[in-house]
Amino acid sequence: MSAVTATIRQVRPRPGFGALRAVLGNRKALVGSVLLALFVVLAAVPGWIAPYDPTAEIFQPALGPSSQHYFGTTAYGQDVYSQLVWGTRQSLLIAFAVGGLATVLAVLIGVSAAYLGGLSDGVLSLVTDVILVIPIFPLVIVLAAYEKNAGFTTLVVVLGAFGWSYGARQLRSQTLSMRNRDFLQAARVRGERKLYVIVYEILPTMTSLIVATFLGAALYAVLTAAGLQFVGLGDPNSLSWGTMLYWAENNEALGAGMVWWAIMPGVCVALLGAAFALLNYAFDEVSNPALRKPRKVTRG
Amino acid sequence: MAERLLEVRGLRVAYASDRGPVIPVENVDLDLDRGEFLAIVGESGCGKSTLLYAIARLLGPPNAGEIIGGSIVFRGQEMATLDEQQLRHIRWRELSVVMQSAMNALNPVLSIGSQLEDACRAHSTMGKREIAQRSQDVLRLVGIDPIHLRSYPHQLSGGMRQRAMIAMALLFTPDLVIMDEPTSALDVVAQRSLMKQIRELQDRLGFAVIFVTHDMSLVSHFSDRLVVMYAGEIVEVASTRQCFDNPLHPYTQGLLDAFPSIHGPKRRLLGIPGAPPDLVRLPAGCRFAPRCPQRSDRCETPPPVVDVDGDVVRCVLYDRAGVAV
Amino acid sequence: MRFVVRRLVFFVITLWAAVTANFLIPRLMPGDPALAMMARYRGRVNPQALHSLEIAFGVNNHQGLVAAYFAYLGNILRGHFGVSLTFFPEQVSHEVFQALPWTIALVGVTTVLAFVFGTLIGLLGAWRRGGMLDSALPPIFVITSAFPYFWLALISIWLFAIKLDWFPASGGYDVTTKEGWTWAFASDAVRHSILPALTILLTSIGAWILTMRNNTISVLSEDYVRMARAKGLSPWRVMWTYAGRNAILPNLTGFAMSLGFVVSGAILVEFVYNYPGVGWMFLQSVENQDYALMQALFLMIIICVLTAILIADAATAILDPRTRDSR
Repeated sequence: MSAVTATIRQVRPRPGFGALRAVLGNRKALVGSVLLALFVVLAAVPGWIAPYDPTAEIFQPALGPSSQHYFGTTAYGQDVYSQLVWGTRQSLLIAFAVGGLATVLAVLIGVSAAYLGGLSDGVLSLVTDVILVIPIFPLVIVLAAYEKNAGFTTLVVVLGAFGWSYGARQLRSQTLSMRNRDFLQAARVRGERKLYVIVYEILPTMTSLIVATFLGAALYAVLTAAGLQFVGLGDPNSLSWGTMLYWAENNEALGAGMVWWAIMPGVCVALLGAAFALLNYAFDEVSNPALRKPRKVTRG
Repeated sequence: MAERLLEVRGLRVAYASDRGPVIPVENVDLDLDRGEFLAIVGESGCGKSTLLYAIARLLGPPNAGEIIGGSIVFRGQEMATLDEQQLRHIRWRELSVVMQSAMNALNPVLSIGSQLEDACRAHSTMGKREIAQRSQDVLRLVGIDPIHLRSYPHQLSGGMRQRAMIAMALLFTPDLVIMDEPTSALDVVAQRSLMKQIRELQDRLGFAVIFVTHDMSLVSHFSDRLVVMYAGEIVEVASTRQCFDNPLHPYTQGLLDAFPSIHGPKRRLLGIPGAPPDLVRLPAGCRFAPRCPQRSDRCETPPPVVDVDGDVVRCVLYDRAGVAV
Repeated sequence: MRFVVRRLVFFVITLWAAVTANFLIPRLMPGDPALAMMARYRGRVNPQALHSLEIAFGVNNHQGLVAAYFAYLGNILRGHFGVSLTFFPEQVSHEVFQALPWTIALVGVTTVLAFVFGTLIGLLGAWRRGGMLDSALPPIFVITSAFPYFWLALISIWLFAIKLDWFPASGGYDVTTKEGWTWAFASDAVRHSILPALTILLTSIGAWILTMRNNTISVLSEDYVRMARAKGLSPWRVMWTYAGRNAILPNLTGFAMSLGFVVSGAILVEFVYNYPGVGWMFLQSVENQDYALMQALFLMIIICVLTAILIADAATAILDPRTRDSR
């Protein structure tokens, strides 16, 4: 579950189409985007793709893969493939919801801390650091323990409410390094208000960092949610990859020969996570040209 | 008796960019005698720093250029084709470097003493005590208290850091010290004082200096000869006095016009209109022609390099006999 | 020195925050689990166990919230966590310290190994830009760093333990072996820890390789590296003392921040392998609603994380003279 992203980033004050083109030209970004797009489609219209009702326990249990059941059936007689397809929705929802919430918080807190400076900065930074250090997973487990089981909303709220700290730190240091840049001085001299400066002058230059924060938070949300469901602290009746793994483990699927049931949900989590990670890595390359492949000079 | 120390002929450097190969240094010829102070001046982006690092075989990391032609004969030895192993014998002992910003050029996690020491160890068999002695001597040479051997770069002032870099460059009293705008990170007073110190050390120890700068007035009192570069080419080479008294190339004239004398009569401040050319899309003829107040139809073919009374100029205004036409 | 003091103060503040969270969470959750729990267990559970719950929740019907809080703090500071429900009648603190060495051995060692090897590979890869190490490996590691720990654990168990029978499938040691400082026990313990160790190592090393590689590439374009080349220093020294020592610094800071992931991964790996460490015990306590034990383990996890961070900070202070003088 490690998803530490590069800590040195260069800022290019030129977001927009140039960046988009660069991303699409990058092979990693392409693979990542394709994967992500695939999952988005699965999440949007599972009914069209999945052949059966995922919860229907109507088939013969513990079947192996066949043309009717690509990944066989579960111990309860459900089609594994349909479950996978329908389960996409939950994982993507968590990824985007947590990603969005964490990013918004990270931007608000990180940029404000840097811009306000002084005591406000000191306090915000301390809070950020403390939250950063406290491992979220055990905390979420504790909450789930008291609540009996972590529902979807709880998960999103908790993961989002604690997942912003890394991004906030990075955004803060990036903002600090930009505080005295000329174009900001120019804005101040023009008499623009603080909020304007923050929103229209500073934020656009940090698009790559913001995107990275979003991708990082999404990745960690998917992994954490899956982990939580796997140990049985999620809602066992919900339809997601993590709960599939939970039920598979409960029924000793690996040992009992229902290998695909036990492995495929993990593969999906890994693929979705990989999509986010690849996009993140590609963004690093886009924003820091030094990271790209070295070019050979053609003798002319 | 001046002895030829460095002879550069036809040097070309290229690097790869998103838009195709770029040639920041085109066909450069350069001579340097022992003990001479040669200044290379030009606008930002004219290729002067690239030229400097090419001569020192320090281009890189990848994407920052490689030598694609020409020769660099230093102390009688061809340097352009040496590999890193061979170069290491020359490095620092005979040729050292002073960079623009000591804050960036000194390793932030090592003490000044360690950084002096590893140069010593790399090129000699000096023992610990000898190294310490030499390090102290060299710091005193530039006016830094030897106690700072234990200091880290961030603990020294800007001027001290630059002088520490110069001290480091003189560890083996090399024949040639190349300097890439070493004063531009300093204030005006510190700049002058550093220049004077460099000149004094040069007189004392006899090393040659190639000094790159965008500030002509800075080197006017210190350099022996001046090389003017524009868009990757050398456009004029002259003794400093000649250059200031009688600049030949229109670009040099334009540069000098931009620095009015504080003593002379009041006159309009003239700049050079326009901007340097895009190195990917160069004009077919003279590279300066689009901005030149004296351009004509002849400028559409590459101008010849002409010798005029010992000075060299690349301009159609002077014919092969060295006479202004 | 000021640096160390600042970090220690931070340590204490974070610990305090965790303790307070432990106190407040059960009270803030809907339905007041604390009281519900007490009501449910009263009369049905051993009074000792009940007492532990009281300590765990800081519940005492005769006190107000604030007084209860301070009494709670007092208990924590004296190490009184009560008796464990899961391992009745052992003391909670005793159980925690039983599990701790297993986790330190497994997670501690593998994390250090992953960091060290990851950093080395990243440094070498960046140094030889365009080489095999540099072009082939990064994309692979980007993907492996996104694998869920527990999934990799499941697969390794299936592959290596069940199918190939090279390694034991679960546990920290064979239950038939006697516990104790004997060679037989030690080698058995090591055998049991190889699979979980490999799982953690493989999943976490990717991130270190990538960040070190990226940091090194940035550092390589710095002037002081060019200066080192100009001085004609051996490539080894340039790579090691000029590039490496500077490139590793952000990694060390990042180490602290990535510990959160390491901890989550460790918990899950211990769970899958039934490895008797802190993480496994933590999940056991949740399953058994043994809140006293759970809270104590939560604190222990945080203490471990903070200690690791302090060590990383100490390393940074040693390697980077600028931090010693800073703000």
